[in-house]
Amino acid sequence: MKVGLLYSRIRKDEKLLLTELRDRGHEVEKIDVRKEQFNIAEPPESFEGCDIVVDRCLSTSRSLYTTQFLDAYGIPVVNSAHTADVCADKVKNSLALERAGVPTPNTEVAFTVESAMETIEKFGYPCVLKPVVGSWGRLMAKVDSPSAAEAILEHKATLGHYQHKVFYVQEFVEKPGRDIRVLAADGEPIAAETRSSDHWLTNAAKGGEVAEFELDDRAKELVAAASDAVGGGLLGIDLMETGSDYTVHEVNHNVEFKALNEAVDLDVPGAVVDWLESKAEQATGTEAAV
Amino acid sequence: MAETITAEDPLTGEEIEIPADVEVGEIVDSPATGAELEVVSVDPITLEEAPELEEDWGE
Repeated sequence: MKVGLLYSRIRKDEKLLLTELRDRGHEVEKIDVRKEQFNIAEPPESFEGCDIVVDRCLSTSRSLYTTQFLDAYGIPVVNSAHTADVCADKVKNSLALERAGVPTPNTEVAFTVESAMETIEKFGYPCVLKPVVGSWGRLMAKVDSPSAAEAILEHKATLGHYQHKVFYVQEFVEKPGRDIRVLAADGEPIAAETRSSDHWLTNAAKGGEVAEFELDDRAKELVAAASDAVGGGLLGIDLMETGSDYTVHEVNHNVEFKALNEAVDLDVPGAVVDWLESKAEQATGTEAAV
Repeated sequence: MAETITAEDPLTGEEIEIPADVEVGEIVDSPATGAELEVVSVDPITLEEAPELEEDWGE
C-alpha cells in the first residue's frame, strides 16, 4: 500500500512507524505540512495515489485543518477529522465521554474570572484548571487555595489568546501516584502502561516513570466506550484508578508511543502498522498490497 | 554502537556526530549545546535550528 505520513517533525514515534512501514515493503510518502498548500477543491500532488494518510502533525491546528481537507478530498485519513476535532479540545472531549456514559472527572466551564471562581469554590480545594487546548501537561494548575485560584485565573485572563479565557475547571481525582495510558486501535487495546510520579502530573512528557500494565475487563470496557465516544481511531486513552473503578480523564488523538514501546514486550509499531493495513484495506476494499 | 556521520552544527559551526540513518524532518540534539536541530537535507547532510515549541504542539 501507499501511505502518506503527514508531519512537521519526525519524532522517535514517527521514525518507528516509518521503519516498520518500509520494512514491510509499503511505499511511504512523507508529507511535510509546512511545505504544502491546501486548495479547497484540488488536493496537493503529494497525496496522489495514497491509499491512506496518517496524520502525525505535532501541531493541533495543522492536524485539525489538514484532516478536514483530506475528508473533503475523499482521501482516507487516520485519525479522522471528527476524532481530531473531539480530542483536540478538552471541552468536547469531556462532553463526548459524559454523553457516552464513560466515567470522567466532573468538569465545568466558565467564561469569566468571577464565574470560574464560583465553580472552583463549589468544587472545593484542590481542584484543577486546564487549558482547553494543550498537551504534555503544560499550563495545568492544581488549585490549592482561593488566593492561588484568583492568581491563576487573573494570569489566564491576561495571557492573550481567547482560549485561555475559557476556564475549564475539573475536580481533582486522588489517584495512587500514577495514571494509566492505553494505546488502542478502534477501541481494541494494543498495550497499556502506568505513568508514576510523586508530582500530581504523571505525564511521561513530565518525566513520569512508565511500566507495563495489564488491563482488567472493566478497563477494557471503558477503553472501547471511550474510543467510540470520540469516533475511534488510534488513540491514547488516559485512565485514573479511583479505588472502586476507573475514570477516563482524556483521549488523545495524536498519540505518542515511544515510551510504551520501551515499557512493554510487544512490538508496538508493528501492531500499529497491522491496524493501518486493515484500515487501508477497508478504505480501498482490497488487500493491502505490498 | 550505531553508525554515525558528521554534520555541521548550524549554531556553533562545529562538526558534530549524528546517527547515520537520520532522515529529513528528524530532530537531533546537538552534542555540543543540547539544542534541537532539524535535518533539512540528507544529501548533503544539512542541519538547521529546529522550530521552537509552540502552544498547540503535543499529543
